Parts: sequence; structure tokens; C-alpha cells
Amino acid sequence: MRRLVPGVLVLAVAAVLSVLIGSRTLSPATVLDALTGGGDAEAVAVVLEYRLPRTVAGLLGGAALAVAGVVMQGHTRNRLADPGLLGVSAGSAVAVVLAITVFGVATPAGFLPFAFTGAAAGCVLVTVVGMAASRRRDASPATLVLAGAAVSALLGAATGVLLLLDSAALSTYRFWTVGSLAALRGYDTVAVAAPFVLAGLILAAGHARALDVVGLGDDVSRGLGRHPLRTRLTGLCTVTLLVGGAVACCGSLAFVGLVVPNAVRLVTGGTHLPLLGLSAVLGAALTLFADVTGRLLVHPAELPVGVVLSLIGGPVFIALVIRTNRRPA
Amino acid sequence: MTVEENTVLRTEDLRVAFGPIVAVDGVSTTVEKNTFTVLIGPNGCGKSTLLRTAGRLQDPDHGVVLLDGHPIGDLPARQVARRLGLLPQSPQAPDGLTVIDLVSRGRDPHRRWYEQWTDHDEQAVDEALRVTGLTDLAHRPVDRLSGGQRQRAWIAMALAQRTPLLLLDEPTTYLDVVHQLEILELLAGLVRSGRATVLAVLHDLNMAARYADRLIAVRDGRIVATGTPAEVITPPVLARVFDLEAAVVNDPENGRPVVLPRRRAPQ
Ligand SMILES: Nc1ncnc2c1ncn2[C@@H]1O[C@H](COP(=O)(O)OP(=O)(O)OP(=O)(O)O)[C@@H](O)[C@H]1O
Ligand SMILES: [Mg+2]
Repeated sequence: MRRLVPGVLVLAVAAVLSVLIGSRTLSPATVLDALTGGGDAEAVAVVLEYRLPRTVAGLLGGAALAVAGVVMQGHTRNRLADPGLLGVSAGSAVAVVLAITVFGVATPAGFLPFAFTGAAAGCVLVTVVGMAASRRRDASPATLVLAGAAVSALLGAATGVLLLLDSAALSTYRFWTVGSLAALRGYDTVAVAAPFVLAGLILAAGHARALDVVGLGDDVSRGLGRHPLRTRLTGLCTVTLLVGGAVACCGSLAFVGLVVPNAVRLVTGGTHLPLLGLSAVLGAALTLFADVTGRLLVHPAELPVGVVLSLIGGPVFIALVIRTNRRPA
Repeated sequence: MTVEENTVLRTEDLRVAFGPIVAVDGVSTTVEKNTFTVLIGPNGCGKSTLLRTAGRLQDPDHGVVLLDGHPIGDLPARQVARRLGLLPQSPQAPDGLTVIDLVSRGRDPHRRWYEQWTDHDEQAVDEALRVTGLTDLAHRPVDRLSGGQRQRAWIAMALAQRTPLLLLDEPTTYLDVVHQLEILELLAGLVRSGRATVLAVLHDLNMAARYADRLIAVRDGRIVATGTPAEVITPPVLARVFDLEAAVVNDPENGRPVVLPRRRAPQ
């Protein structure tokens, strides 16, 4: 709890910056006026229709992906697990693209089921591939990620095929696979995705003690009275809800689920309840900071938040791979 | 039926096969309350499989395991975990997990998800750390301990579970001789004071002979001999179980048998 307070402050700063800063330069006073419902009509539209929902979406998406990362790392007993890197987000994104291009679905409420189905399929695929990969004698933590990269590439190719069928979908495609908050307008998406993300967060919190025990291996966790299969299924539902909801908000973002939990673990240690709580807060903060940075770097144009996150996450990922492989697993 | 009441764990005609390999082949045995029972036998003879099956980590292909008279598979998992603590052969802790966090997880079966950490939990953990000599290492990550310290941390986790029955697979393999003595002395003390019943796999025959109330010698998935150390640790039994030619003398201090290995017995 003590550690949550500075985290929440950081998140508050990120949220304020996310509302204040954008491609259209507005003074803090104008933004404040707009928030309280007064002032320039155009500023009101920018702040209420674009920046605020965008901030909420980034917050939900970031928190969801970081927590999904913690849950996946717990279940795979692999610090490198991340919904983006292992293809769960990609599965979700492909399903959404499929919904839009092939089935002509246009509303967030319409494509959300696709986002969840895709995420669940991605989870199952990762579980199967992960189990096969870990049976190799030279298996290391990076093996699972390599397998996940293969899954992601395959799903990327599937999206490519969809794209050939419908070139008008190019911009939509980019949005979902790169991960961006730029196209968000109004509260439709956020309102539809939020309950699922919240449900996922609550499920994750209830799952925290089981995750503590799962990390000790199947034999020990059965010895302590847990049902490994039941725990896995709960984990799978949690990740599906979180990733499906996150992808609906901000597309497929990689590295949030990797960078944040691994950093937070240095502070909280291996006990999952504080790890989950602080990861949710800082995952949201990181995503918002990355989004604001994307708006500033090439002002007045924008870098998608997914690109900024990859710039940050790539080096951290490499450092982690080197560190985890040096010690015997 | 006082005999039944004294039987904590009973296996009836257990059989476990992995494909063509029959790891446990028709084992019927009992573990009596407040005894220290030790399984001995050569590598691959099925000791771990028997112990895992007794601890419901492995489903038998045939036969049944009774815990306090009830088929163990019918009891709720958490209830079993409150009665039976279990240490598998080579458990692995996640990177960075501290000793105290590992040991605390032994309390998991005693807390429902909404229950807070209590003084009683704290006491159980502190005591487990103390008796395994880990109090000073409590905040060190398990993966940065020596093999023996790590093993003691896992034993501490099982002790923190505070179960009346403990199943331990080679709890002393990585320990130096003094720590072996300490751990076995500790387990024997729990048994003597009526706080626990212990079933353990040990490879060191002299340690087994010294601390066990009862030995079960296994070979090729079958029980070859059971009884007190004096009954089991004899040259003919050692030859049958291990193909070992050995002399057996008595420890002048406690009269327990001591094995002096000579050579592999001619087949
Ligand atoms: N999961 C498994 N799959 C296939 N075979 C197995 C499995 N577990 C054990 N076995 C086989 O069953 C037999 C008994 O194994 P077990 O681990 O019970 O032996 P053990 O007596 O504990 O040996 P050790 O002293 O080396 O620990 C061995 O032949 C082993 O190869
Ligand atoms: Mg064994």
C-alpha cells in the first residue's frame, strides 16, 4: 500500500499531461475551462471528445496489459512472457481486423467479442506452443518468446492476407497491429471495454495467492492444495478479458506487460498482490507517458504509442534476455 | 479398532506405470501414527513414484491410497493439504523469490482467499525458519543460496505447513553431514513429541538406520523387506535390494546397524 501512493502520483501526472498536451496547442487554462464545460467550443470538443477518452483508453489498456503480463509470467514461470510478444494481443488484433474487413463490423460493441475470441485463441496457442517448446532440452526462457514470435509472425501474415483482400482497410490495419490511441473518438469504445478490463483486474487480484503458489511448480502447488488445471483456466480467463479489453482500447501494444512487471518486481519482490497492484498503476502511467511522448516527438504529427513503447521496450527486453540466460533457469 | 486409528496412511495394491515401465508394482503398506518411516532402494526403483502417489501427485493405475481411512482422491484438496505436507524431489523456486516468501507459502492451505495473515501464520513461519537455521538468510533470494541452504528452505516450507503427516523425498541429499543430522534429528523430534508422522526417502543407509522406526526396502517397484532397521539392514537384504555386498556392524552408542559397503554383489 505504501508503495502504491507514489505510483498513483506518477499516474496522475501522466494523466494530466495526456489531457494537456496534444497536436493542437491549448493552454492549461483553456483545457481547465473546457473540462469544467466553459470556454471555446472547439477546445471543449478537443478535450472532451478526443483527449479525455484517449487518456481513459490508454489508462485502461496500459493497466490491463501490465497485469496480463504479470499473470502470464506467473503461469509460464517465465519473466519474458508478455501478451504482445507471445502473440495473444496479435491474435486479438487479427480477430478484430477480420471482424471489420470480412464481417463489416463497425461498432466497438460489435468487434469486442472478436477481440476476446482472438485473445483466447492466442492464449491457447501460446499454451500449446509453450508446452511443446519447454519440452526441448535446450529450452530457456527465451524459447517461449521465440515460439511466441513465430505465432505473432503467422498472425501478422494472416492480417497481410486480409489486407490484400481489402486495401481500404490499410489504415484500420495499422491502428490495430501497431497499437495507437490516435483514432479514438468519443467514449463508445471505452464504455464497452471498461467493464471487461475491470472484471479482468478483479479476477487477477483474486487470483494473486494462487499465482504465488503456481510459481513453485505443479507438484508443490498440488501439495499445497491447489488445482493446477483450475488455476490455469482462471489465468486464461483473466488474460483473455484483459488483453481483449486492452486491444479494443488501444490495439496491440507490446512491451507494457514485459517492462512494467519486471521493474515493479524489483520493488515488491515475488508476492503477487502488491506486484499486480503496482503494475496496474505503472502500466497505465507508462502507456500514457509513451502516448504523450509520441505526440511531442514529431509535433504536430504523432508517433503511435505502440512505436514509442517498442523504442523503450526493445532495449529492456534485450537486457532481460541477456540476464535471464546467464543464470541457469 | 485401535490398529486402524493408528494407521495414518495406507496403500492398497498400488500400481503405477509409465507406458511400458511399471514404476510401482502392487505396493500395499501402512504408515503408523507418530513413526518415522523411511523408504530405501536403488535409483529408479520407484521410491519417488510411490511417495508421489501416496501424496496424490500421481494417480495410480490400480489400487487406492487411504489417508486416515479415507480414499485420498475423494478428499477436498485443501483439506488434504492441511493434513499432509509434501516435498517433491527437486522443486524449483522462481527467480528472486526470498526464503521467507517461499516459507510463507507453506501457509497457503490454511488461509482462504479472503483471510488475512495471522499471528499464528507468522509464528509457524518463524519457527520453521529457526529450526532449519535459516533465520539469518530469510531475506536472501532462494536462487542465490547454496544447494544445502536451498534444500533447507524447502524443508522449512513444508514444516510451515504444520501438517501431522510429512512426505519428504530425499530431504537431506544436498546437506553436509552436520545439517543432515540436524534435519533428521528435527524430524525425529517431531515424531517423538507426537507432533508429526514422517515418511521419507533417504539414500544414506546409515542415516536411515539411525533415525527410522521402520524401513521399507523397494526394488523394481516392489517391496522387498519391511521392518525395524535391525531387521532390514542385513547383508542378505542389502544384496537383494541393492546388489550390494556389505558388512553390517552395530553402532556402539545406540546399537543401530551400520553398513560397511564392500563391493557390488555378483549377480
Ligand atoms: N513421469 C515419468 N514418465 C516416465 N517414466 C517415469 C516418470 N517418472 C518416473 N519414471 C520411471 O519410473 C521409474 C521409477 O522412478 P522413480 O522416480 O520413482 O525412482 P526413484 O526410486 O525415486 O529413483 P531415485 O533414487 O533416482 O530418485 C524409473 O524407471 C523412471 O524412469
Ligand atoms: Mg526419487
